[in-house]
Amino acid sequence: MSVTFYNTNVESRLLLGTARYPSPAVLLDSIRASQTDIVTVSLRRESNTEKSGEAFWELIKQAHVRVLPNTAGCRSVKEAVLTANMARELFDTPWIKLEITHNDNTLNPAVVELIEAARILTRDGFDVFPYTTDDLSVADQLLQAGCQVLMPWGAPIGSGRGLNNVFALKTLRTHFPDVPLIVDAGLGVPSHAAEVLELGYDAVLLNTAVATAADPVLMASAFSQAVNAGRLAFEAGPMHARDFATPSTPVVGMPLWSA
Amino acid sequence: MNIQLNGKPIETEVETLEELISAYEYNKTTVATAVNKHFVPVSQRAEFKLHDDDCVEVIAPMSGG
Repeated sequence: MSVTFYNTNVESRLLLGTARYPSPAVLLDSIRASQTDIVTVSLRRESNTEKSGEAFWELIKQAHVRVLPNTAGCRSVKEAVLTANMARELFDTPWIKLEITHNDNTLNPAVVELIEAARILTRDGFDVFPYTTDDLSVADQLLQAGCQVLMPWGAPIGSGRGLNNVFALKTLRTHFPDVPLIVDAGLGVPSHAAEVLELGYDAVLLNTAVATAADPVLMASAFSQAVNAGRLAFEAGPMHARDFATPSTPVVGMPLWSA
Repeated sequence: MNIQLNGKPIETEVETLEELISAYEYNKTTVATAVNKHFVPVSQRAEFKLHDDDCVEVIAPMSGG
């Protein structure tokens, strides 16, 4: 059941965000309940009096998971590259979730800037996880830029809508059968995550669906089970849907009750 | 010398970025730094001279999705 990102094997196909939890303790318990191996983190200005960043980092270290720093909030190539360099030093990892957004309402990826930043960061030795749309040509250009993982959105960040465009996601899977694909953002309930894995995607990345649930720890466990179920279903080979009924009970030997 | 530290104007007598980090009692291993939108690695802070009107960013880990 393991999956590989940039030559690193992990057991869990669920990547979990660390924002918006009701408390640090709930965050830590949710990480554990999700059984994730990778959590996303960000960078923000540190107060020299509160030192909340330092406290957060100490908390995350208790979870004993890998971190995937993001460039959330960046609007330009320059901002994203600067943030990535600071993240690499702070977290001591070449991994970077490259996120450059274009619009505050949809937080949709700014794909032109994304491709350019991916090219620069790959050249500079980063392992780039690009948060992108489900557009095939953009995906292709990100791979040409050096990305070895793609993270298309399911729906806008924090929307909980599930998969807005299953056709496009299937197209990406078909065109790039050997590239690790992670649906990032927009998932609301565990069945959305199961659907992603049933499509043959390698993993999901989610945050709000767990963090804002009435019981985040329980929801983290639910997503963990859904991801496992979806992956097992994909490996089992789902039946093909049909437009008409097919009797499951054998018709041979049927008594002539109605004769 | 007058500079901006995380968006706030301050007056300081320090000469280098490392001295600024120490003066403001940051934990130097849990912050990353940039000056005028350019990354300054921890290994270069001691030699990095600050000047009037510099904009210094001191960044730390935070929750994120």
